[in-house]
Amino acid sequence: MGNTCKCGNNGKDEKLEKILDKYTQDKSNLIQILNEVQEGYGYIPEKAQMRISEYLNMPMAEIYGVITFYSRFTLKPKGKYHIAVCLGTACFVKGSEKILDRVKQKLGIDVGETTKDGKFSIEATRCIGACGLAPVFTINNEVHGKATVKKVDEVLDKYMKED
Amino acid sequence: MKTLEEINQIRKTKREELDLRVNLDAKTREKHILVCRGTGCTSSHSPKIIETFQRLIKEKELKNVKVIQTGCFGLCAKGPIVIIRPEDTFYALVTPEDCEEIINTHLIEGKLVERLLCKDIDDTVVKRLDELNFYKKQKRIALKNCGIINPEDIDEYIAFDGYKALEKVLKEMTPEEVIKTISESGLRGRGGAGFPTGKKWEFTRIAEGDQKYVVCNADEGDPGAFMDRSILEGDPHCVIEAMMIAGFAVGANKGYIYVRAEYPIAVHRFQIAINQAKDYGILGKNIWNTGFDFDLEIRLGAGAFVCGEETALLESIEGRRGQPRVKPPFPANKGLWGKPTLINNVETYANVTKIILNGAKWYSSIGTEKSKGTKVFALGGNVNNVGLVEVPMGTTLREIVFDIGGGIPNGKGFKAAQTGGPSGGCIPAEHLDTPIDYESLAQIGSMMGSGGLIVMDDTKCMVNLAKFYLGFTVDESCGKCTPCRIGTKRMLEILERITEGKGEEADLYKLEKLALSIKKASVCGLGQTAPNPVLSTLKYFRNEYIAHVRDKKCPSGECKALANITIDSDKCKACGICKKNCPVGAIIGEPKVVHRIDPDICIKCGTCVDKCPFHAISK
Repeated sequence: MGNTCKCGNNGKDEKLEKILDKYTQDKSNLIQILNEVQEGYGYIPEKAQMRISEYLNMPMAEIYGVITFYSRFTLKPKGKYHIAVCLGTACFVKGSEKILDRVKQKLGIDVGETTKDGKFSIEATRCIGACGLAPVFTINNEVHGKATVKKVDEVLDKYMKED
Repeated sequence: MKTLEEINQIRKTKREELDLRVNLDAKTREKHILVCRGTGCTSSHSPKIIETFQRLIKEKELKNVKVIQTGCFGLCAKGPIVIIRPEDTFYALVTPEDCEEIINTHLIEGKLVERLLCKDIDDTVVKRLDELNFYKKQKRIALKNCGIINPEDIDEYIAFDGYKALEKVLKEMTPEEVIKTISESGLRGRGGAGFPTGKKWEFTRIAEGDQKYVVCNADEGDPGAFMDRSILEGDPHCVIEAMMIAGFAVGANKGYIYVRAEYPIAVHRFQIAINQAKDYGILGKNIWNTGFDFDLEIRLGAGAFVCGEETALLESIEGRRGQPRVKPPFPANKGLWGKPTLINNVETYANVTKIILNGAKWYSSIGTEKSKGTKVFALGGNVNNVGLVEVPMGTTLREIVFDIGGGIPNGKGFKAAQTGGPSGGCIPAEHLDTPIDYESLAQIGSMMGSGGLIVMDDTKCMVNLAKFYLGFTVDESCGKCTPCRIGTKRMLEILERITEGKGEEADLYKLEKLALSIKKASVCGLGQTAPNPVLSTLKYFRNEYIAHVRDKKCPSGECKALANITIDSDKCKACGICKKNCPVGAIIGEPKVVHRIDPDICIKCGTCVDKCPFHAISK
């Protein structure tokens, strides 16, 4: 995970500076920058929010407002294995609720949470576009299609044994 | 940079080279292996298939064989799909392990790989793509190039009349003529509301402003809909070309496309397309010496359904929370950064180039009296041929679900089709023969929407479905106006009560009353349409609501709190299949002893109900 601060003498996070370098200081770039930070860090660290606030010359509260508005942005780090269960309509009709229930039950956490050891996190996502394979869940972007409760058990058991 | 002459030369030579893609009798010794790289097939490892083919072609030193990645062929249920042209052989559910056999048998020996041929619903083996029932009633206009060209190669787009409409517009037409053509074609907004496209263009053209913008709405938020994504993935240049034509018509020189960040492949391909168009001098300053400038930029969304609403989308492009603005003023007068802005949806744009090239008359000859042309639907749910279909307006729901979609799997019956996503409604079997257009769908309590079409079989609980959609709108309500923010939440609470068996009959009236108030008082389309799934299910499936509130029963057994899974001891043969399949070990029993379910352990997943060969277990 990239959640440790890589503070050097200048107090700047190189990874973040690289992202910022790509954009002008125009406020309309906020969502683009946040998207890249979310992608790079797996969440949007407070330090990054502060730096973005300085860079775009806008209050942190406003940035926080934008982060909490869009579901793609998260304030907490995701687990090593991030499980996303598709709750798009096509998957829902084919029983994705049961899939999600089983994942929650098996890991003992709710949607939006991460297990204490930081290994797993769950997200209920809207359509990922693999409707032909419904119901679908993904683990770190690897798609598992035509899911059943049994398949969830098999796949999760495999990951639970891994480090 | 390429001059217009050079582009026309590319079109000519490349078109001859690619004749085998569209012509069964093409005189060539070349073979093209087309592999779908849409999101669906990519999820089931089509990149690995491409890699394997490429490796094998190299190893076996095959000349005249090329592997091409394409956009979506449409029949996602049979993916990954491989098509070999010119003979148009259709191989379904291909795995990387099958590639060697395809190369050896099909390409070297010249015989078909029988076991990979696609089977139609009636079990006939289909050799060619166009023999499939799935394609017979379709008419591809917006999806014309999807599955035929490599979306990452501008030359292939140019080969199939690409940027020819732009040339015609810039060289031969005035903005007024362009708008007149679009108006006369009868094209209406494919985002869902169906506003006449020509009118929108005209409003933006006559609006006063030193700077105008053209925006493409690719924030396809309806869960279970993937029409726009497939167009962007399969034919990105046609959207660029249409946005430029729109820019010329309304007097804008800058465009933005707002795409969901959840569509990485679409974003990636669109960026490639923009870069290629810039390299060729198609995007940029003084295009083809006509004095017309156009620049295009991608803006990513970040997962907010409400941003599909045009003014919320503008707020988001400007970098803010995507909360809708009060209309009027409409974006045509005051849009992006307060300037006149034209916003159209991806599919709307995808029709534009074809209308310019073939004429308004041609386009308006397709469809119904008030809805012209075709509509793309993402067909999903309990239907055999899950996939992307494009049909002329006026096609009936029955044709889409049964003739194209191949009907309901597992011998189950049709219960309802849902169009318009969270803003639409459920259409019951009695309306299956309604010709689909904007007006007829509104009349029966649904709406066209962007094109999600979810089929439900007779095991689905409509109350639970209404709850699902309400849950979605509650999550996605932006919070700006009270009726939507609080009203939908109250509706959801009532529905939760009902599905838990705690509802009363009076709740149904409360639901209806709240629904009508929310529809009337909400600021934007999201709130105004959010109650539709509830209202339409109340209208057509009221008896299911009544069963929930009066008898405390869920007729389909989907509502868990009301479900009681039991084994009929008379029918149970103690075969042990249910016990073996139960994921939580809730079934107690031994060979020759009738099994039973421990209700404390049972998670009511229903696996045993589906697995029991003697139908001894019921919900």
